[in-house]
Amino acid sequence: MASSDSATAPADHKRPRGLASFLRSQMRNIAPFLTLIFLSAFFAIASPSFATIDNVGNILTQVSVTGIIAVGLTFVILCAEIDLSVASIANVTGIAVAYFTLQDSYVNIANIPMPGFAAILLALALCALLGLVNALGLTAIGIPSFIMTLAMMQIAAGVSALLVRGQIAYKVPPLITTLGSGSIGGIPWIVIVAAVMLLGGHLVLTYTRFGRYVYMVGGNREAAEFAGLNVKLILGSVMVISAVCSGIGGMLGVAHFGSAQQNEFDTYLLDSIAAVVVGGTSLFGGRGGIGNTIVGLFVLGVLNNGLDHVNIDSFLKILIRGLILLAALIINVYAQRLREQAAD
Amino acid sequence: MSQGRSPILELNQITKAFGGVEALRGVDFALHAGEIHGLVGENGAGKSTLMKIIAGVHPEFSGRFMLDGKETRFRSTRDAHAAGIGMVHQELSVAPDLTVAENVFLGNQPTNRLGFVQWRRMAREAGEQLSRFGIDVDPMTRLGDLPIGLQQLIEIARVLFSGARIIILDEPTSALSPPEVERLFTTLQKLRDEGTSIVFISHFIEDILRVSDVVTVFRNGRKIAETASADTTKGALIEAMIGRGGEKLEHSYTDDLMLPQSGAGPVVLKVDQLSLRRSLQDVSFEARAGEVLGIYGFMGCGQLELSRILFGKLRPDGGTLVVDGSAKTFRSTAAARRAGVALVPESRRAMLFHQEPVYKNISISILERISALLLKPVRERAIAQRQVEQLQIRPPVVGLDLGMLSGGNQQKVALAKWLTYPPRLLVLCEPTRGMDVGAKNDVINIVRDLRAKGLAIIVLSTEPETVLSLADRILVLKRGSVVREFAGEAVSKDRLLEAA
Repeated sequence: MASSDSATAPADHKRPRGLASFLRSQMRNIAPFLTLIFLSAFFAIASPSFATIDNVGNILTQVSVTGIIAVGLTFVILCAEIDLSVASIANVTGIAVAYFTLQDSYVNIANIPMPGFAAILLALALCALLGLVNALGLTAIGIPSFIMTLAMMQIAAGVSALLVRGQIAYKVPPLITTLGSGSIGGIPWIVIVAAVMLLGGHLVLTYTRFGRYVYMVGGNREAAEFAGLNVKLILGSVMVISAVCSGIGGMLGVAHFGSAQQNEFDTYLLDSIAAVVVGGTSLFGGRGGIGNTIVGLFVLGVLNNGLDHVNIDSFLKILIRGLILLAALIINVYAQRLREQAAD
Repeated sequence: MSQGRSPILELNQITKAFGGVEALRGVDFALHAGEIHGLVGENGAGKSTLMKIIAGVHPEFSGRFMLDGKETRFRSTRDAHAAGIGMVHQELSVAPDLTVAENVFLGNQPTNRLGFVQWRRMAREAGEQLSRFGIDVDPMTRLGDLPIGLQQLIEIARVLFSGARIIILDEPTSALSPPEVERLFTTLQKLRDEGTSIVFISHFIEDILRVSDVVTVFRNGRKIAETASADTTKGALIEAMIGRGGEKLEHSYTDDLMLPQSGAGPVVLKVDQLSLRRSLQDVSFEARAGEVLGIYGFMGCGQLELSRILFGKLRPDGGTLVVDGSAKTFRSTAAARRAGVALVPESRRAMLFHQEPVYKNISISILERISALLLKPVRERAIAQRQVEQLQIRPPVVGLDLGMLSGGNQQKVALAKWLTYPPRLLVLCEPTRGMDVGAKNDVINIVRDLRAKGLAIIVLSTEPETVLSLADRILVLKRGSVVREFAGEAVSKDRLLEAA
């Protein structure tokens, strides 16, 4: 559109596409990557402490919880739906796993201690159940996901509040403690878990039949229905996947932060949505994937981390993050339009 | 014809093209005060295009446009509206979430001096207008809660009582019941007697002959004839519409065609007493293996709804579906697919993934059969390649995005996705609409091959040629009911149109 490239005039769209046209159709993948390179280069020059091995480790650790949550959210956004309850579900799952663990005597919560594996299973069951409620609201009743998950955001926050009643819990099962705050050979376990889940998500989306269905439902829901796909089942599944990923992120997050309390994950809603969208996954569904989400995670991670390394008003950081997100959204919508033009 | 008086609206040599295709070629048209002017012609003959020019929908055209003896150009529908021209379009254009009263007064609600809407006055006046028209509804109900026919009547009422002096009605009766049609006609005649000019487009030629004073016939973007309704007959009009002797290269199906004596296989689908709100009433028929059943009817006759019910996208209010001997209630399209039903809908946008490559479009419906958990892209591409070669899809590149293919080739891809594991029953909506002769013939051959393989095929179309070129047996659907069956007898375009 901006480059008035006459090689792809609508009339001769049947000839092989040139490089310019290829680049245009790939804009959604290229733009986030260029942003990442640009930001990294900028901070590396601006601050000597940014481009160090230690700091790369910091960035990886900092994006891990967001990354785990973003795996499930990628499925949802690929289906052209949204899940606003991810952070709340993460929070309530983290609180639940602590609630079912024996706390030190000074913690004033009437909890129900259990063996570690039972606590983990119950917490997972809780987030899966909340995801199922989202799924039923969306498919069986027909509530738009935006509204359904907005309600779920409150419901999950409400359950969290009832469980901890303003108190703070500290202990979680040993497995969760290890995965959330331990490390192996110098690599934090939480980074490994995030990497494995991102890889898993990528494999499911790229190599399984279910993954194909996710893309097809997102690409053209009506056509998917006319092809005889069970669209409601697919939409319901992605809502459950999203909730379970959030739950896992929440449990590890609680171990990572060292405490479980109300409103602990509030910033993760925006961060995880931003990671998916900044990475170039289409808000209209059907385009993008885990690869995009990984790039988006790093863009946000580098930005958050890098702003700490340069001398900048800490209150200005929030504004800058907002502007970067806006730019990403503009590119997202614009990339969709370019693709549609290329396809017409 | 109304002689002696000068027309209030006069068009000369109107030509209008859409992207190189001429929809109207040098058409003259005149409308007098106090006249009901009927327009007939096949789909795509140019009737609606001409009316949209009059109503300001298409501001770009060549030719002379005279209103009240003065040359005029409308730049928008607003201009036309201001000049006293109102139009009811073929597609329902109401605001379903607003009340009946708001719909009646859409765009000109009565307000007080401060600009607040006078709700009570609006409701009262809307109620009065509607009851004048014989419609008895609470003006404060949400319009979307009313049946489609009533919504259509209310939309018509809005235009009729808007004070317009020229009223254009494009297929206003398709969703109306006979008494509602009757009421509409009475009102039209009353308005005509009060001096309003009305243009009435319909596929129902009896209706045209009954209500209009003058009839104009269109064919292929040209005006073919204009006569007083009293001086013509249904047969003569149909003949003028389809042009006996045919000026086209294509087979025109004007001569009698013998349908085969039934030699078909076992019953695959049995539909009994199917009904859906106002769209279908007690529709019963059978489809047999190795037979193409054509279902013909005008736009809005209930065909689309019928196809959706067969494929599990709509749930009927009553009636039974029996597929291969067992009664079915499809809860989803997936259930219909598993029962062996396949549907190719009329709109390519609705059935294909334009941003995905051809092979993914072909494999989507059979993935379950070729992969349990993991995709098998090599197998997928091989299957797609075979279909592409068999159906001669051009270009024969399965990795190309579907959006790069021409319309006819896209249509073939839509068929191809069902052919690797052929279904028991294949339902095709408008399978050849908008195709060139070559692509049409290809599709016809594909359908015949499938019939030879023993599939039961149902072809639904609003184009008589499509049904005549494909079907072994033909049902005519009219306002949601089966009114005629042609089997083992002679049929032609005239006879089909006559029945519908």
